[in-house]
Amino acid sequence: MYAYDELDRTLINERVSEFRDQVKRRLSGELTEDEFKMLRLQNGVYLQLHAYMFRVAIPYGTLSSKQLRRLAHVARRYDRGYGHFTTRQNIQFNWIKLSELPDALAELAEVGIHAMQTSGNNMRNVTSDQWAGVAPGEVEDPRIWSEILRQHTTLHPEFSFLPRKFKIAITASEHDRAAIKVHDIGLRLHKNADGETGFEVLVGGGLGRTPFIAKTIKPYVAGRDILSYVEAILRVYNQYGRRDNIYKARIKILVHELGIEKFAREVEEEWKQMGHGALTLDHSVVEEVRSRFSYPPYEKLPHMPDELKQAAHDPLFERWRKNSVAPHKVQGYSIVTLSLKPVGGPPGDATADQMDAVADLADRYSFGEIRVGHEQNLALPHVAKRDLPQLWKALDRIGLATPNVNLVTDIIACPGLDYCSLANARSIPIAQELTRRFANHDTAEMIGRLHINISGCINACGHHHVGHIGILGVEKNGEEFYQITIGGRADENAQMGALIGPAVPYAEVADVIEDIVEAYLALRDRPEELFVDTVKRLGVEPFKERVYATR
Amino acid sequence: MTSPLQQKIKITGPSMVTANRTSDGVVIYRTAKQGWSASLSDAAIVRTSDEARALLAEANADDVGAVGAYIAPVELKDGGEIKPGNLRERIRSKGLTIDLLPA
Repeated sequence: MYAYDELDRTLINERVSEFRDQVKRRLSGELTEDEFKMLRLQNGVYLQLHAYMFRVAIPYGTLSSKQLRRLAHVARRYDRGYGHFTTRQNIQFNWIKLSELPDALAELAEVGIHAMQTSGNNMRNVTSDQWAGVAPGEVEDPRIWSEILRQHTTLHPEFSFLPRKFKIAITASEHDRAAIKVHDIGLRLHKNADGETGFEVLVGGGLGRTPFIAKTIKPYVAGRDILSYVEAILRVYNQYGRRDNIYKARIKILVHELGIEKFAREVEEEWKQMGHGALTLDHSVVEEVRSRFSYPPYEKLPHMPDELKQAAHDPLFERWRKNSVAPHKVQGYSIVTLSLKPVGGPPGDATADQMDAVADLADRYSFGEIRVGHEQNLALPHVAKRDLPQLWKALDRIGLATPNVNLVTDIIACPGLDYCSLANARSIPIAQELTRRFANHDTAEMIGRLHINISGCINACGHHHVGHIGILGVEKNGEEFYQITIGGRADENAQMGALIGPAVPYAEVADVIEDIVEAYLALRDRPEELFVDTVKRLGVEPFKERVYATR
Repeated sequence: MTSPLQQKIKITGPSMVTANRTSDGVVIYRTAKQGWSASLSDAAIVRTSDEARALLAEANADDVGAVGAYIAPVELKDGGEIKPGNLRERIRSKGLTIDLLPA
């Protein structure tokens, strides 16, 4: 966990006071909606179909049990008893009242939570690997650098009015769980030939209306230079990024139009002019931030405790363990993913009672720490293996032990037209129906790793382009239709999915997905061949034939 | 469905003006009595683009009470019952189409 200092606490509290005054002036009519809109967006407040939506930042997806309990309290006291975890590791409340928002923010501020820069044309929540700091083989904890970037960019005047929103993701593992190649800037921590830690810097990735995979702009930037290099990129973007057309305003368009070589030259020139000034990170600064991250006092535990050996006789426990429990860098410990994708449930939603229960379990079994992943699941990052059987029973009681992590029912979905004012079509009921179709765990396991991502509009909050199967809601003559893509992926081999054919109506989506999965099962050359690998080997055609032959 | 905020004022059938209440975001409808109601049945119905433009202008003038006013289609049933004219408005009027808990 990262411990905020007095400066952070003062900043957050001042922000609450400022927003309280702004809300008061809005409600009295002193501020018009035109004047107020940007102010509320800078505090994560959107206006959606039914109500205001309040997006709360969870920096790099790390929460303490105290913070999660407070989120549960906000859900219960100010909302309708639940929250929605997002693909940017944040949480959204869907029914908040503007008049009560300052009080909710104040209660969150007491535990170091805020909503700054969860909206608007600024630097959004820096995301990272939800297993940061505990994943075996990691170069180092990427949250140190996420935090440095967070501190530098929060309320930074130069980055508060960018051409468009700006998203950074950082990973430090070979397997990319942070989807860095679909971010405005992706940072991959690695060591150079001399064993020094630095970053591969990628730029210009993104989804939405015009999707691009990020390109490497510099293979290695030393850690001490990362702040200045990122700032050089942002300065070039700020100078040349388009402000005349919202659809062409993201940095990915600039990189595409200039070409990565020319863009890189511009950044290099800017970087040289900046010199080695105030933005060069002293070793002591990095170490100061590092020192504010606390790590648990792990015990020396056996690799295979007796409790785990005994529990292995229970097939239900074993199914869950194999699916939801991952290796930890410390012997005797595990990382446990808590699926927020129950059969028939809205993906990523958690009730206040579940949040409270997870906070209690985190205290008991995970040193009080919880993580949020961009796949809209939670994780307990420090669970002793001996505690896994007890934890599993407790999770099962609160509906958070569905053994479907990375399987066909572990669906990423945006709120869609049930909530969102931008959406063209519903996402959640499509996801719910699919989880019912594939509810049988034996079937889901037999299918293997398969990510379905659903977006209710082209803005792609559900990351449909990079789903192994992507589903995009569109509107045709007032009816909901869905375009289906296959073969996308968001990991270190990220690529966009390919369209399989004409959009299909709402009522046929689940049937089409079943057809695609059945085609895959018939076409894969062995059970271990993943869906994306079969698509890569055979292309779209055989799937297209299967889906459209009878339609 | 194109965002209503991007729509030009041209209606092709009976329409109403809807918004969200500023203080709590609740869905509201402009009434014929120059006020707002949370019930669609109270909505003022317009049938021409000029009427729609006038009703929207009146609604927008109440910047304190409502936010994001726009024109939306309705269906008029026999007996005068007012129904939402598209899925978006059905969802705003009737609420979520989903189960919140696993089912």
